Amino acid sequence: MSPKVNIEFTVNGVVKQVTVSADASALDMLREELDLKGAKEACGEGECGACTILVDDTSLCACLMFAVDCHGRTIETVEGMQTEDGLHPIQAAYVEYGAVQCGYCTPGMVMQTKHLLDKNPNPTEGDIKRGLEGNVCRCTGYRKIFDAVADAAARS
Amino acid sequence: MSNIENYIAPGSVEEAVQALADGDVTIMAGGTDLMLQAENGQVTYQPTLMNINRVDGLRGVTLDGDTVRIGALTTITDLLEDNIIADKLPVLATMADKFASNQIRNAGTVGGNVCNASPAGDSIVPLLILNAAAVLSSKPNGSVETRSVPLQNFFTGPGKTNMNSNELLVAIDVPVPPAGFAAGFSKFGPRPALEISMASAAIGGVVDGGKLTGVRVAYGAVGPTPMRAPETEAALEGKELNADNIAAAAEVAGNEVTPIDDVRATEWYRRHLVRVMTQEILENVT
Repeated sequence: MSPKVNIEFTVNGVVKQVTVSADASALDMLREELDLKGAKEACGEGECGACTILVDDTSLCACLMFAVDCHGRTIETVEGMQTEDGLHPIQAAYVEYGAVQCGYCTPGMVMQTKHLLDKNPNPTEGDIKRGLEGNVCRCTGYRKIFDAVADAAARS
Repeated sequence: MSNIENYIAPGSVEEAVQALADGDVTIMAGGTDLMLQAENGQVTYQPTLMNINRVDGLRGVTLDGDTVRIGALTTITDLLEDNIIADKLPVLATMADKFASNQIRNAGTVGGNVCNASPAGDSIVPLLILNAAAVLSSKPNGSVETRSVPLQNFFTGPGKTNMNSNELLVAIDVPVPPAGFAAGFSKFGPRPALEISMASAAIGGVVDGGKLTGVRVAYGAVGPTPMRAPETEAALEGKELNADNIAAAAEVAGNEVTPIDDVRATEWYRRHLVRVMTQEILENVT
């Protein structure tokens, strides 16, 4: 058995204390211990981006991050995007453009979009494609996603 | 089943190498290779899992005289965005731009890519033509010792290096290339993002009056380790970069590499890719 490790970190603005196995992924910890089911496991190999979260303002694949390494860090998941005022502009744009079909990739797409627009508020279409290269959608064909991201950039 | 008995996250190199001296340790950095390899059984955890992400001073690029030091925890994204890299070693930024995806570049480290020792490791190929060296720390007799191993002698087989189990890779040292040095990097796969290279190539040298001197050539994914290509280097040394000489060098390169057939490409196709990439890089080196 792996040893249990006590960690403390901030997720979506709230400090959490969790006990995790040393070899557990951040994705399993978020989903199973904190019931944050937004980030999804699809490929489990870092190829699809469905598990994308922001760690200290940087996007990465939660399936490849060790949960123990979350200690002391600041994490944002799709659950933290909506505020009392309603949907985040990125979420609103995804809804408006129909950039969601089955929805499985969407939390990862939204978080990667946030990372992209935080670093580059005025992306070209090429920048958007490049920014989302690590996120796979098997339903929409990407056109609506690119349009939603461009619109989200224009809104903010 | 995991056989981890102990998890540690040291704050200094000294603590980290002490842990390596004390027993068998699995080192964790960005996690992008380790998590996968542990899941699929390629890696069996040692009794101690050591997270080195809290070790002070291992991330970032510094210029000290004629040496660029790339800390082991420097991410691939860091390479893409760093001013010293852009100024002194731009071929590493070219490589970083073609590496995996944004999420993986943000997590994956240079030290991890080197220690993983994949024959296809993208960062290794340009580092080889930059005459880079691995800086290894250990604590064999109660005090911290450091040695430097040229990357050309560092890899011994797929996933294998001549690092000792009590050593920690703390940095990659790269001598600043001579004035007039230009280099290119190329990799090939079915799409630009998230590809493990079918083949990769890096070529550099001093361009002077249309001639290339001090030529350095390396290839990835065409042998058990990323390799320098001395025959191709000799074929180019001092030669004018005209169509005939470039074609001749590409031919030498295609014969010099030692690829195998595997799921990503055949030997035949890899030799073809090496010829094409060699030609393309040389046509654009200026």
